[in-house]
Amino acid sequence: MLARASQRLLEIRQAFRQLPQASRSFSTALNYHIDSPDNNPDLPWEFTDANKEKVKEIISHYPSNYKQSAVIPLLDLAQQQHGGWLPVSAMDHVAKIIEVAPIRVYEVATFYSMFNRTKVGKYHLLVCGTTPCMIRGSREIEDALLKHLGVKRNEVTKDGLFSVGEMECMGCCVNAPMITVADYSNGSEGYTYNYYEDVTPKRVVEIVEALRRGRNHRVAHKIHNASTQDQKEFFAELFIITSGDNVIATKFDLENLALQILGAPRSPQIIAYRERLHTGMQLLLPEIWAS
Amino acid sequence: MGLGQLASRALLRSTRLAASKPHRLLDRRAVVSTPELHNSEAAAVEAPPEPDLPKRTPVAGARVHFPNPDDAIEVFVDGYPVKIPKGMTVLQACEVAGVDIPRFCYHDRLSIAGNCRMCLVEVEKSPKPVASCAMPALPGMKIKTDTPLAKKAREGVMEFLLMNHPLDCPICDQGGECDLQDQSMAFGSDRGRFTEMKRSVVDKNLGPLVKTVMTRCIQCTRCVRFSTEIAGVQDLGMLGRGSGEEIGTYVEKLMTSELSGNVIDICPVGALTSKPFAFKARNWELKGTESIDVTDAVGSNIRIDSRGPEVMRILPRLNEDINEEWISDKTRFFYDGLKRQRLNDPMIRGADGRFKAVSWRDALAVVAEVIHQVRPQEIVGVSGKLSDAESMMALKDFLNKMGSNNIWCEGNGPSPNADLRSGYIMNTSISGLEKADVFLLVGTQPRVEAAMVNARIRKTVRATNAKVGYVGPSANFNYDHEHLGIGPETLTELAEGRHPFYSALSNAKNPAIIIGAGIFGRKDKDAIFSVIETIAKKINAVRPDWNGLNVLLLNAAQAAALDLGLVPESEKSIESAKFIYLMGADDQNVDKLPDDAFVVYQGHHGDRGVYRANVILPASAFTEKEGTYANTEGCAQTTVPAVPTVGDARDDWKIIRALSEVAGVPLPYDTLSGIRSRISTVAPNLLHVDEREAAAFSSAFLRPEVKDKPDKAPFETAVDNFYMTDSITRASKIMAQCSALLSKK
Repeated sequence: MLARASQRLLEIRQAFRQLPQASRSFSTALNYHIDSPDNNPDLPWEFTDANKEKVKEIISHYPSNYKQSAVIPLLDLAQQQHGGWLPVSAMDHVAKIIEVAPIRVYEVATFYSMFNRTKVGKYHLLVCGTTPCMIRGSREIEDALLKHLGVKRNEVTKDGLFSVGEMECMGCCVNAPMITVADYSNGSEGYTYNYYEDVTPKRVVEIVEALRRGRNHRVAHKIHNASTQDQKEFFAELFIITSGDNVIATKFDLENLALQILGAPRSPQIIAYRERLHTGMQLLLPEIWAS
Repeated sequence: MGLGQLASRALLRSTRLAASKPHRLLDRRAVVSTPELHNSEAAAVEAPPEPDLPKRTPVAGARVHFPNPDDAIEVFVDGYPVKIPKGMTVLQACEVAGVDIPRFCYHDRLSIAGNCRMCLVEVEKSPKPVASCAMPALPGMKIKTDTPLAKKAREGVMEFLLMNHPLDCPICDQGGECDLQDQSMAFGSDRGRFTEMKRSVVDKNLGPLVKTVMTRCIQCTRCVRFSTEIAGVQDLGMLGRGSGEEIGTYVEKLMTSELSGNVIDICPVGALTSKPFAFKARNWELKGTESIDVTDAVGSNIRIDSRGPEVMRILPRLNEDINEEWISDKTRFFYDGLKRQRLNDPMIRGADGRFKAVSWRDALAVVAEVIHQVRPQEIVGVSGKLSDAESMMALKDFLNKMGSNNIWCEGNGPSPNADLRSGYIMNTSISGLEKADVFLLVGTQPRVEAAMVNARIRKTVRATNAKVGYVGPSANFNYDHEHLGIGPETLTELAEGRHPFYSALSNAKNPAIIIGAGIFGRKDKDAIFSVIETIAKKINAVRPDWNGLNVLLLNAAQAAALDLGLVPESEKSIESAKFIYLMGADDQNVDKLPDDAFVVYQGHHGDRGVYRANVILPASAFTEKEGTYANTEGCAQTTVPAVPTVGDARDDWKIIRALSEVAGVPLPYDTLSGIRSRISTVAPNLLHVDEREAAAFSSAFLRPEVKDKPDKAPFETAVDNFYMTDSITRASKIMAQCSALLSKK
């Protein structure tokens, strides 16, 4: 009787198990390296001149006989510079800078799942998979993203813009579910890490589309996190204006404007701002405004 | 740790404790045999009433050495008081107290990792069980190793370890000598609660020697620590995290260390096993014979595991003074060469140039006839790299009886410093190198010439940041070193105090100069030695309490040959020889030999020496005979026959003894002990087996002055290919694979 019950229990467990793999892996790559044309130890890799200054600055934080302490910030910098992922040659280069054996750097890079050892999209979307977010539907969010982008997990879309991964708790379970967007589109200078809270399967798709068209994080972010309906409408409009590629020059002004608006949540003020914006835009870019 | 041992210990302990509980705290007992504590004062303090507790003996004869008697602290292990020096860990204290704590990650020659958690013990007033390997023992600590809590902790750890372990013992080569297997039988539970899928890990390619089954790995990181700390090649690492963690090299990389085979021994499970030995035998089928290694001049202590007539594998044997518990890959894996290219029968080269197998009687008759036809000064004898002292003695005596004294051992060069022992041995001794603070390596690449000596230097460099200066061709080192120059002129600069490294040498307390035996072959050898001795004098390297002037020999036979006085009479004896007796000498250059010379090759392998031979006399290899060898530090050791010899081969000395009979000049001994008593009249130190006899005088101050200056010619590498140095290793398939894959070109 007992044996049958335990057998049954085992069957139930087996049935509920989602994947045949024993452990979830948050890393984008395997624990060993496979040579490929864009990732092999023979490729040259160097920090850019601007980043070389940063490397010096980072290393200056540590005693000269403990250079190896700089391994994580240096790997992070290398990852930002290399479009969000670390090829083997970049890790070798870091090892050379901090004067340790390459394996000591590989150990660190494989330990931390936020170091990507395979190619990721310019926008790397990380869905929180921890319990509170999972209960609030993070699986659906991931499915929605994967379906919308037509990729598998840790796979990059054909245009190289997006990839979806999983991440551990982001520490904001009160607003679960949430996603993170790591933005590698502007190199290490423009690198940002943005959190989107209270997302829904519909909203994440909108965020993706916003990023795709605007490629501008701050705007997409503001739209999503706007608190009032008026604000939302305003940002949607603002977003449409800024989404064209040829308005880059004015984007920054618009964003500044948007930030001011955030400080003014009441509707009448926003309406005033909208009017100012309309007139301003008409003056600035009449042809876009007309279209 | 044998399983039976564990079980009986567990039983014994419970009965002991049951019998002795009331007296536990009153009893004291001395577990220390160090002289420092045996003075009267300590004895008065100790003065124990005869303990009622049954005595426990320290695990594996563990001894405590008190560098400073004031630092002794007392802890209680299961109620037994035990005195240990400050800084020891709880696990070591338990070992001294006679309790063997189960462990996987802890290894006493590696740094402490504390990640397997198997060594958990209970410590009074500690809220949780503590990992004894990483916990320093504190005064008065009350350690309990067999309480229900400790037992439960061990069972829990074992359950976790076995969770992802494949339990494939029946097909695992480690089966029967596996720590995990033994300890799970002793401490584990009979069932686990894990019902999920076990994880699996991709196997790694670490080269032709180490086979990996990474799914069996329990992440003890012993191999990572070994390769980083002892082998000095930082190739292995711990990759990933959590249950996805695995040992690997990340990028595809073979283990290029000359000590890589030792990871097989230190792996507590079957994750790293011997590739050549895979699925060949079970360890309980093997007969172990404690012998020594002859592939280099270190004389590493080994255990030859054989099954029937076949050597199945070679394992290291502990010898703190020579090889600690490691051996080089060459020592460990050359054994398949013993089965290939062997000479089975006596052979004579016929008129058509082909060898024909003949009987011993005929072969010896031919040799005896020819040796009588040549003039005594035309007879030459060369002993090989692997010759033992007994056969070299016999060869020398035989040729002397024939009127020739032209006999030497290959590798010693035309005029070796055979006058004083200190001129050709490692005077500091191998373990003594650990006391050195500056090394000067002259024309030697210890990594390929004597891997175990190199491991010792590396250990010293790691422990004390000793400086290493190297003079010689560019070479591969696995520790920090300064390449001072490539030729003797650097030595002249050092001798004159002009070189920047000179200040490091002269400021050193215990400088060690190591001269490679490759220099023996140079014409300006005496001049070079004289320059080096000048350096030694200036930096005060030779003192009554420290002799830092060393020669690192290359071959197992060299030291004994020089002890026995195998020194050629003239440098040109080869050119005028009419009869040459090669006793296992394969690397002797015989190009200059006259065409009509008669060559006898006596040896165990059909190697280079056979090409020119007229008569072949098959001899037994070192695994098949008893023979005395002196290593580079002058320590005499003997091999022990592990397997029967092949075909019609005989021991070297027996062949020469028989030949002397046929030639009409019988040698006055016909037993091994007879030869040994003859040796005792020539080199008594060779009979003091396993004891190192230091040289009585230093040659540094007794050498006649050398007028000529050393050449400009740079030093050359003595060993081109670490894996193939003698006839056995050249016949080995595994060594051929190694040299193809691993040798750095």
